[in-house]
Amino acid sequence: MNTGENPPTQFVDNDLKPVGHGRMLRKEDARFIRGKGRFIDDIQLPGMLHLAILRAPIAHGRIVSVDVTLAEAHPKVKLVGTGAMLAEHGLAWMPTLANDVQPVLATDKIHFQWQEVAFVVADDRYAAQDALELIDVEYEQLPVVVNARTALEASAPVIRDDLAGKTDNRCFDWETGDKQATDAVFARAEVVVGQEMVYPRVHPAPLETCGAVANYDPIDGDLTLWSTTQAPHAHRTLYSMVAGLPEHKIRVISPDIGGGFGNKVPIYPGYLCTIVASMLTGAPVKWTEDRFENLTSTAFARDYVMHGEIAATKAGRILAIRTNVLADHGAFNGVAAPTKYPAGFFGVFTGSYDIQAAHCAMTAVYTNKAPGGVAYSCSFRVAEAVYLIERLVDCLADQLGMDPVELRLLNLLKPDQFPYTSMTGWIYDSGDYESTLREALKIADYAGLRREQAEKRASGELMGIGVSVFTEAVGAGPRKDMDILGLGMADGAQLCLYPTGTAVLRVSCQSQGQGHETTFAQIVAEEIGIPPADIKVVHGDTDLSPFGMGTYGSRSTPVSGAAAVLVARKVRDKAHLFAATMLEVTVADLEWRKGSFHVIGDPAKSLTIQQIAKWAYGTGQLPDGVEGGLEAHIHYHPENLTYPNGAYICVVDVDPGTAVVTVRRFIAVDDCGTRINPMIIEGQVHRGLTDGVGMALMEMITFDEDGNCLAASLMDYLLPTALEVPDWETGFTVTPSPHHPIGAKGIGECATVGSPPAIVNAVVDALKPYGLRHADMPLTPSRLWEAMNGNAQPPM
Amino acid sequence: MQVPAPFEYERATSVDHAIGLLSRRGSTARLVAGGHSLLPMMKLRLANFEYLIDINDLHRDLGFIKVEPSRVRIGAMTRHRELLESDDLRRLFPVFNDAERVIADPLVRNRGTIGGALCQADPSEDLSAVCTTLDASCVIRGPAGERVVTMAQFYRGPYETAVGPDEILTEIRIPLRPNGSSAFEKVGRRAGDWAVVSCGVAVWLRDGLITDARVGLAAVGPNTTGIPAVSQALRAKAPSEELYAEAGEIAARSCSPVTDQRGSAAYKRHLAGELTKRALRRAVARIRGEEP
Amino acid sequence: MQVTMKVNGNDVTREIEGRLLLVHFLRDHLGLTGTHWGCDTSNCGACAVWLDGEPVKSCTVLAAMAGGHEVRTVEALEQRGELDTIQRGFMECHGLQCGFCTPGMLMTTRALLDRCPSPSQEEIREAISGQVCRCTGYATIVRSVQWAAAEEAGTRTTLATGETP
Repeated sequence: MNTGENPPTQFVDNDLKPVGHGRMLRKEDARFIRGKGRFIDDIQLPGMLHLAILRAPIAHGRIVSVDVTLAEAHPKVKLVGTGAMLAEHGLAWMPTLANDVQPVLATDKIHFQWQEVAFVVADDRYAAQDALELIDVEYEQLPVVVNARTALEASAPVIRDDLAGKTDNRCFDWETGDKQATDAVFARAEVVVGQEMVYPRVHPAPLETCGAVANYDPIDGDLTLWSTTQAPHAHRTLYSMVAGLPEHKIRVISPDIGGGFGNKVPIYPGYLCTIVASMLTGAPVKWTEDRFENLTSTAFARDYVMHGEIAATKAGRILAIRTNVLADHGAFNGVAAPTKYPAGFFGVFTGSYDIQAAHCAMTAVYTNKAPGGVAYSCSFRVAEAVYLIERLVDCLADQLGMDPVELRLLNLLKPDQFPYTSMTGWIYDSGDYESTLREALKIADYAGLRREQAEKRASGELMGIGVSVFTEAVGAGPRKDMDILGLGMADGAQLCLYPTGTAVLRVSCQSQGQGHETTFAQIVAEEIGIPPADIKVVHGDTDLSPFGMGTYGSRSTPVSGAAAVLVARKVRDKAHLFAATMLEVTVADLEWRKGSFHVIGDPAKSLTIQQIAKWAYGTGQLPDGVEGGLEAHIHYHPENLTYPNGAYICVVDVDPGTAVVTVRRFIAVDDCGTRINPMIIEGQVHRGLTDGVGMALMEMITFDEDGNCLAASLMDYLLPTALEVPDWETGFTVTPSPHHPIGAKGIGECATVGSPPAIVNAVVDALKPYGLRHADMPLTPSRLWEAMNGNAQPPM
Repeated sequence: MQVPAPFEYERATSVDHAIGLLSRRGSTARLVAGGHSLLPMMKLRLANFEYLIDINDLHRDLGFIKVEPSRVRIGAMTRHRELLESDDLRRLFPVFNDAERVIADPLVRNRGTIGGALCQADPSEDLSAVCTTLDASCVIRGPAGERVVTMAQFYRGPYETAVGPDEILTEIRIPLRPNGSSAFEKVGRRAGDWAVVSCGVAVWLRDGLITDARVGLAAVGPNTTGIPAVSQALRAKAPSEELYAEAGEIAARSCSPVTDQRGSAAYKRHLAGELTKRALRRAVARIRGEEP
Repeated sequence: MQVTMKVNGNDVTREIEGRLLLVHFLRDHLGLTGTHWGCDTSNCGACAVWLDGEPVKSCTVLAAMAGGHEVRTVEALEQRGELDTIQRGFMECHGLQCGFCTPGMLMTTRALLDRCPSPSQEEIREAISGQVCRCTGYATIVRSVQWAAAEEAGTRTTLATGETP
């Protein structure tokens, strides 16, 4: 289905050298299928040493003593680093991306289990790990807080006593919307439904863990750092600010990255330890985290306790939403969201609905858990917002006895309401939500599914159908609103069309698997009319790419993608001037047909972009005031976020005897505006849907009351395999964004954000005969069975 | 990635060679077969040994499934995949095929062995339920010769078995009895996960009545347990849904699960009953030729 | 200790520690970095290689245990400049994104096709169920294997993948 434009070009054979948007096989695959990708741990440098990190086994306590004598005596050990040693260099603490601070190595206190305490640098990775066991640390344990609900009790120990005057565990308070107006609507509403729901702590768990290789050249003072970073330029600026190294002498390279999902946005203590170790030993140093470290110490996601209420008429018109949220930020505020948005983009919790008022009050707390907060493809907390509203709408449908699809159709924003300013101040760019939902209903045969469900219920089988209709907010962000630590969230792009007609595009975002080397070439190909095969995309190296904020929050296409379009148009405009000079006509006499300029009325008189490129570097007389060459540069600030959206339908079967959930079908219809490469879009959607199955059914980072992390390996932090997910069914609508030069919107996180409520709604729907209205994720067999028996427990 | 602490690697070329090495090294040594339980524990440094004795070469001698008139003998080095793909086992003891389809994953099954699985004695290990169900016995060889123990004698507690520091499990023997069949049921949180609960059932029928039945339940106690009370309740009765339910209730009552990451004690107790019921139903259906 | 094995058809001998894991032997000692690792507990399968023709998790095999045996890695799939069909299948059907699980997936699915030339969707899913992919959601991996199976059977008529126009 297609509501906004002609069907995208479909081409599959790269040899045909088609130009522009459409299904094109990926350029980067050539190396990956041969095992020739170059990931962090693949990097080998002559004389390279290996770093390993000692971590604290307790969740809260004081360090009494650290004895490294035996470790230093190990024959293969070159350096042992401690918090005390870093303190001498002023590097014991570092800023987080949320204006908090966090120890690189603990100096006096442990704030969460497996916090960094010391490092060892040795000749090989086996020796480094051996030497960790030779470090003797004595701890004095303190009482532990791992439950956000008890963190603000007077009896709770104060975790952040490093912060001057801190007497409790409050991290911040935040509010959005109009409380008074919202409360007034609630007071006169015919129907009010409330539900408390927990979005449990989860972890992005990219298949490649984090790591770094640092190589400091003491003669030139140059530092080269290969690291698993989704934001090489921003990291470089921060290293300069933290370590005092001149920014221009730092080169951050993000090589091939084995998945990020937000896990590789923050700067971790391990990166800084690796840099320090290289500077102190004069040798290249490699650190690669093991899975245990990755799950226990790097950026988690979610961990929101949300109490939501929805007000409506008896006929099902939704009037208002309000919510109180308790946000668990762990021991340090490590949220990597735009600085003015401490709760990320949670403010879009009004969803896809036309309502009158909304309000959210949030309290964030410190606990003895690892820091982080925004990760796992959440689009800066849109995941939590969508879950809240889409669960609440189902609760309302249940209360009213309405079909959840009918209720949604009654309340969706209409196409003519866009651009739409939400009750919390977000400007939705475009959408045709009803068409998108109807497309999903058609693919699913919704009416048929409901008939099948009725038959099954009659025979005691538990089949459920769940729906979610979500609106995403991605592409941070507009200069006036969005920065991280004062850095505006703009992206650079540079395009050089060389004399023989091939081009190099340099972009500031980088890829963790998204296929930028292909899609960005397609974007430029469409604009300047040369085949994608003739365009090389350079990214992920601060020495080779223009400044920009990196790849996360689905911002590549909305921000860097727009930059690529506009820089290509600059090149084309310059070519236009040259063409006029070459053909001795005026600019107005020429028209652009993809790949060449033609004289209007005399189309045989024309020049290809390649001919113009050759001329641009040649000897011909240039137009007045125009430089030779054919290249351009841009630093692009988006005017608005983009608001991709979708309608998802999930069909589950629940075994009444074991409470095992099977996701039988999943229908995802997405609208990400103009589609650049449908194959890659489909892949991104599939990925997010799989995340949804994981979060809804099995993934949770959980702790015991002593603060021990109980999900420290992939034996206990369960990720979906091929056997837990169905053969995805996808569809699309196209409603171009008016705020992006080609109308494209970010798609990378839509399915991760939109799918969990569809799955939970389906399971709750299946369990209607049990009188269930809500059960918290993850819906493991045991937790669901308890809920079926009236013992639903919030996750811990 | 985590790596094991240093140890000396030695490779045994025969059972006697392995026993000789164990005798010399004592409790500082450990045998490694498939290694898929042991090596992760050594990488996490939860287990440390000075010597690791690789017995994979013993697959030549101990990798077999032999059908004899009154019993089936399975060599301890027989790999999961061989158990899964054995037509003899599928015909005689379908419980093996049921279980092997859901033990770990295909890659692990290419390496892991039945002997290694039993000797690890993880309370959630599935083959322990299979072997208990089938009334298997274990052949243990040491410097003093060979001894045979029942499954109940084999397990001494979580991660503890009757195999001494200088001994090696060489063979699992399963009695062949006519007119019976078997089945296995498991609930995991995900494919490849250890069991929340798993259950094997074997049933023998004559003239429409149950002559004997055995149940083996994993993950609901310190070791896999057979539930004799279930056997008693089923003997001389005609199979029926009511009887399966009764057996399930007995199984649920008779086990001792604990709450952990995989599930609550109440849920596991419920599963012990539910899975017993289902496995019984399927085993009986197999005897009657109603199910493969 | 000294270990000798055949890797991708070549005999190699190296002096190693007894505790050295096969995955590190391949990566750090032989420079065959196509084989990855993603966990410590043999759950993710990024390290899958062939040992005597069968896929195994090389993070849970000691290099010493592979002594005297034959190992094959992703680097050996391409022969004389010609990609294996399974490699082409993954490219054609978008069976990879970040590429980290890909070598392991390729080795396992190549082994599957060798013994089961026309696997069902269920058989493919079962074959890769010991391996985690965080990017594809598995459906395109399934299509990639089906594409390769059809290609090898000479029955491939159209692309098995992607949204049709």
